[in-house]
Amino acid sequence: MAANPMSQFDVYRIGPEIKVGAFDISFTNSSLFMIISTVSILLIFNFGSKRNSVLPNKMQLLAELSYTFVAKMISDTAGSKAKPYFAFIFSLFMFVLFCNMFGMIPYTFTVTSHIIVTFILASFIFIGVTIIGFIKHGFGYLKLFVPSGVPAVLLPLIIVIEIISYLSRPISLSVRLFANMMAGHTMMKVFGGFVISLGLVGGWLPLSFSVALTGLEILVAFLQAYVFAILTCIYLNDALNLHH
Amino acid sequence: MIKKIYYQSIFFSFLFFQEAFAAGSGGMPQLNPEFWISQIFWLILTFGTMYVVLSKFILPKISNNLESRKSQILENIEAAEKQREYSEAKLREYDEIILKSKGEAKTMFNQTREKVVKDIVAKKEILDQQIDDEINKAEKEIEVLRVSAPDKINKIAIETSSELLEKLIGSGVNSSSISAIVDDLSRRNEDKYNGN
Repeated sequence: MAANPMSQFDVYRIGPEIKVGAFDISFTNSSLFMIISTVSILLIFNFGSKRNSVLPNKMQLLAELSYTFVAKMISDTAGSKAKPYFAFIFSLFMFVLFCNMFGMIPYTFTVTSHIIVTFILASFIFIGVTIIGFIKHGFGYLKLFVPSGVPAVLLPLIIVIEIISYLSRPISLSVRLFANMMAGHTMMKVFGGFVISLGLVGGWLPLSFSVALTGLEILVAFLQAYVFAILTCIYLNDALNLHH
Repeated sequence: MIKKIYYQSIFFSFLFFQEAFAAGSGGMPQLNPEFWISQIFWLILTFGTMYVVLSKFILPKISNNLESRKSQILENIEAAEKQREYSEAKLREYDEIILKSKGEAKTMFNQTREKVVKDIVAKKEILDQQIDDEINKAEKEIEVLRVSAPDKINKIAIETSSELLEKLIGSGVNSSSISAIVDDLSRRNEDKYNGN
């Protein structure tokens, strides 16, 4: 690993270059960790749902607690109408959580520290929510941009602001996750570098910082996955239950 | 409102970020578009596969498990409630039986006691009768003896005294005079015994 704290985010090809038309879809370290995350999610939840005993074992308990956690989160923020979208939000939460958590292991790659990944995820949500909104309410969905109880003079300005804030949703959603991941990992890398450069004498202080930061980053990894999922729920709530 | 301003500030700061870092080769690898298509492709592939497998196979099973557990627990609670009612009924029945048998035992005890007491009384009466009879018989005998005793004593006294006199005097004494004296004495003594 190079001393540059940003080099941990480098994407490199694993195996041969694969090209489909003009597009390069080579297998990279990013793809590897996406596959690791997905496979571990599928394995854990497969083993957690295989046997149905009244007294669950550890795997089953893990799967069922995650299920009820996400189900409660959705029903609390988006209501019972959001039930058909449970599987998507569950997958989203688990994917982001596992990518974040695998990134906490030294020498691994954090998939969610790349803006393009989080941006694509956020775009899915944005486009999906917009389509759901228009299907449920037709052009009445545009009322989302017109808050009730606003003076007529301010209305043009408010509408513009509302539209901008609505359109910036995918950007804020993706940048929040990506920036949190990138900043945390960079900081840990920087402190790790200090440990090496200060050596046996002065390295203990940055080491203790590094230890504390690891705990913080694990918290952030969970929290950002949670925030990502709960914001999805809030956007979905806007689309399903239109009231302003 | 504050939330929206916050989002917008993130949005704009991101734009500045891009300008600052995109140019330099030592900048953020995230902004190097070389592998963007690859990342998008693999993201859609892995996430899509995971979504399909989770939503079609795994999540229905988990929700099914949860539902069946819930219903089973409810069933068990119901069964437990039924069992509890049953055992309570049994307990009441048991209490009743105990109460009844206690009453029975009491009446049985009372009956037996009465019988025993009656028996004892009857036996006592018979015994009393016997004792009375014996006492009467004994009293009669005593009476007979009492009546006959002075005559015998007098006779003995007469005989003894006549013999004594014979030995003292050497000749026979008229026994009739002796008996008269003895009678006189015994009568006087009798008066003394009878407290006259």
